Amino acid sequence: MTPLISIRNIDKSFFGAPALRSVSFDIIPNRILGLIGENGAGKSTLMNILCGELQPDSGELYFRGRPFRLEGPAAAAEAGIALIHQELNLFNNLSIADNLFLSRYPRRGPWIDKGAMHDKALQLLHQVGLDLPPNWLLERLRPGERQLVEICKALHADAELVIFDEPTTSLTAAEKERLFQVIDGLKQRGKTIIYISHDLDEVMRLCDDIVVLRDGRMVDFGAASEFTLQRMIASMCGCELEYLFPIRQGTPQAQVLLEVRHLSAEGLVEDVSFEIRKGEILGLFGLMGSGRTELARLLFGLEPFDSGRIVFNGRILEQPSPRRCIELGMAFVTENRREEGLLIDGTVQDNLVLATLNRFVDFARFLDAEKMASESEAQVRQLNLRCTSLKQIVKSLSGGNQQKVVLGKWLLARPLLFILDEPTRGIDVGAKYEVYSLINHLADEGAGILMISSELEELTALCDRLLVIHRGEIIKSFTKDQFDAEKILEAAFHL
Amino acid sequence: MSRKLEISKSFRIDVTALFTRCMPTSIFIIVFLLFGLTSPRFLQPESLLNIAKQASYIGIAALGMTLVLITGGVDLSLGSTVYLSTIVAGLLMRDYGLSPVAASFVCLLAGAGIGGFNAFFITRLKILPFVVTLATMIAGRGLGLLLTKSRALEFPAAILKVGAFKLFGFLPLPILLFALSATAIQLFLSRIPLGRHYYAVGFNAENARRAGLPVDRIIASAYVLCGICASLGGLVAVTQLGIVNAGFGKGDEFDAIAAAVLGGAALSGGVGSAFPGTVIGALMIRMIWSGLVSAKINLYFQPMIFAVILFLAVMLDTRRNMIIARQRRKIISLRKDKQT
Repeated sequence: MTPLISIRNIDKSFFGAPALRSVSFDIIPNRILGLIGENGAGKSTLMNILCGELQPDSGELYFRGRPFRLEGPAAAAEAGIALIHQELNLFNNLSIADNLFLSRYPRRGPWIDKGAMHDKALQLLHQVGLDLPPNWLLERLRPGERQLVEICKALHADAELVIFDEPTTSLTAAEKERLFQVIDGLKQRGKTIIYISHDLDEVMRLCDDIVVLRDGRMVDFGAASEFTLQRMIASMCGCELEYLFPIRQGTPQAQVLLEVRHLSAEGLVEDVSFEIRKGEILGLFGLMGSGRTELARLLFGLEPFDSGRIVFNGRILEQPSPRRCIELGMAFVTENRREEGLLIDGTVQDNLVLATLNRFVDFARFLDAEKMASESEAQVRQLNLRCTSLKQIVKSLSGGNQQKVVLGKWLLARPLLFILDEPTRGIDVGAKYEVYSLINHLADEGAGILMISSELEELTALCDRLLVIHRGEIIKSFTKDQFDAEKILEAAFHL
Repeated sequence: MSRKLEISKSFRIDVTALFTRCMPTSIFIIVFLLFGLTSPRFLQPESLLNIAKQASYIGIAALGMTLVLITGGVDLSLGSTVYLSTIVAGLLMRDYGLSPVAASFVCLLAGAGIGGFNAFFITRLKILPFVVTLATMIAGRGLGLLLTKSRALEFPAAILKVGAFKLFGFLPLPILLFALSATAIQLFLSRIPLGRHYYAVGFNAENARRAGLPVDRIIASAYVLCGICASLGGLVAVTQLGIVNAGFGKGDEFDAIAAAVLGGAALSGGVGSAFPGTVIGALMIRMIWSGLVSAKINLYFQPMIFAVILFLAVMLDTRRNMIIARQRRKIISLRKDKQT
């Protein structure tokens, strides 16, 4: 069978640093190709070339056996390639229908044919099982629904090749299921799919073929049936990573660090009570929108609460502010590191010292540059943070290293309690392991940790105790010996 | 909770929802009633028609400003465009004997030209709209003063006659033109692809580019249309005044921005409408000024009261967005309840 697209000897460098080195493989029509690799392996670069955003330095692309060039996103759309980006390319201020037809409205003369647009939109939405009125503003939709709208766009453009880049990071389990069905549906309709994900289980489940990239090279290729989880991981990091999770050795201390009693905030959480002891890793599991992030924001004073009590390290916090929480020794790593956790255009050092600037002032309240540099340096070494220098702009770091910068920033403040919201989202296996080790280490040193995650595996591997939150209420608590993925999921779905 | 209470609660939510969704119109009605109660003279048809007539000139210009604001830009040269384009038309009529109709056409062309000039620097040379249009504002005014040697320019008397035209004997020409342009712009924004693209570009230009939209051309067209609207507004004013002096149009850009923002447009782009939006905004500004006069408020207090109303209206509008966001959250959680 002629491949839909053949990639031959593609090279691409950025400012002399090679991102892709002589990559060649075929994309077979009507199959799902899984593309995996650590962050910085070249996946995004390759996809950007396929959708016309970047031009390769050398090498050829063939479309159904004929050489072709893609100049600009419009050309890729013309060729039938649609990219469904991690950050969706949609407009919240427009309706669903507008979003679907923005670049090709059905027209009657110069006018938009509203009737035809409405009907067509209903039909497209129905194909992905999203039965909503097309005139709804997009901002009313949940993340999973928005993604389905993006898929509808690809359907409308009659794309031959649909590329999914990390599509499941912000989806609930139910939404993921629906997405997989839709992807299967696309395949049945004869489309070709490239699926990029860090979630190796998903890739195993969904894909027919797998391509592994490492350091810009294609290091492994084959039918998914020939792959095992171990082989994927080994190919991705070029080593045998025996354990996905470090072994937790420490045990919680007796002293209670944070005590929350009957905490309520309208529309966010209701009657929440729990405590965290020193040296304890407490997991908080719940579906997206269950109130887990909201609870973290309440504890850190980012949202006001209506009633209840928070006692932290022996002090009662009445309507805390983030500033007060930091002073008392709390640290909050948000799930949105790009928007909330980092000065994305700042340097590594700028970010590291940000939460503790007060510690670096001299007698005249000027900042002590040497001290900042030396402490940042120490932090970089401790975290095994891979950056060219302290002056490197954070934006250019890989996801895992960005997350290390966020953690490093808080480590400098030597907090007693860490609130970690999705600390490993979107970072690769190797970096994950390092983050886990760091969390373990912090707990061993006596810090309390509240860890929020959608990945049940990492919670059960790391935590001493686990709370399940559902619609703003803590509905179940599990101790380590009771951990059972099935039971925890049941609780989260409130079955 | 008793059933009755529940109903009254849901009703309350609906009323606040209605009020917040149509914030500009709601504020308009409140201000209208407020002035109506303080001064009965204000409510007479004549005085209302007068307000609408006076609002027409800024209103038409503000429609253009709305387009630019929706794309996420701003046009500070609007007042100078008004001035320069009418000067060009007036000089052609006075010195070269051009017919009023042809001169009007040239006036609109001049407006489009100035808009195109702005667009070139903004889209080709990627200079910030604020800076480009600020420069055009200063240069345009200077060029106009040079052409007229700072003297007032009188238009032929025939122009005033045209300006006195009333449709069906009661609807003055400015209001007619205002209504027509508002309808045209609103249809353009809601029913023509290019109009929809303005909202997309204003929300996120990079996203729009990735969606395959010709972002530069879209932005350029907004400035050209804004220039045309400004010169049309200028023409309307000229038909009423018959004369263009050196200060004509000065500072109008800010009235136009105020009208658009009062009508719900956001300086950050992506939001706004011609009707009801900017029409309401323009009417409201005139209404407040006339209302303050007919309520016999001390002349020196009037600007301050105006400023307070403007400030409150925009603040309420910002609140509105927060309230809407909160309601959305509720709706989403309600939908979730239904699904489970």
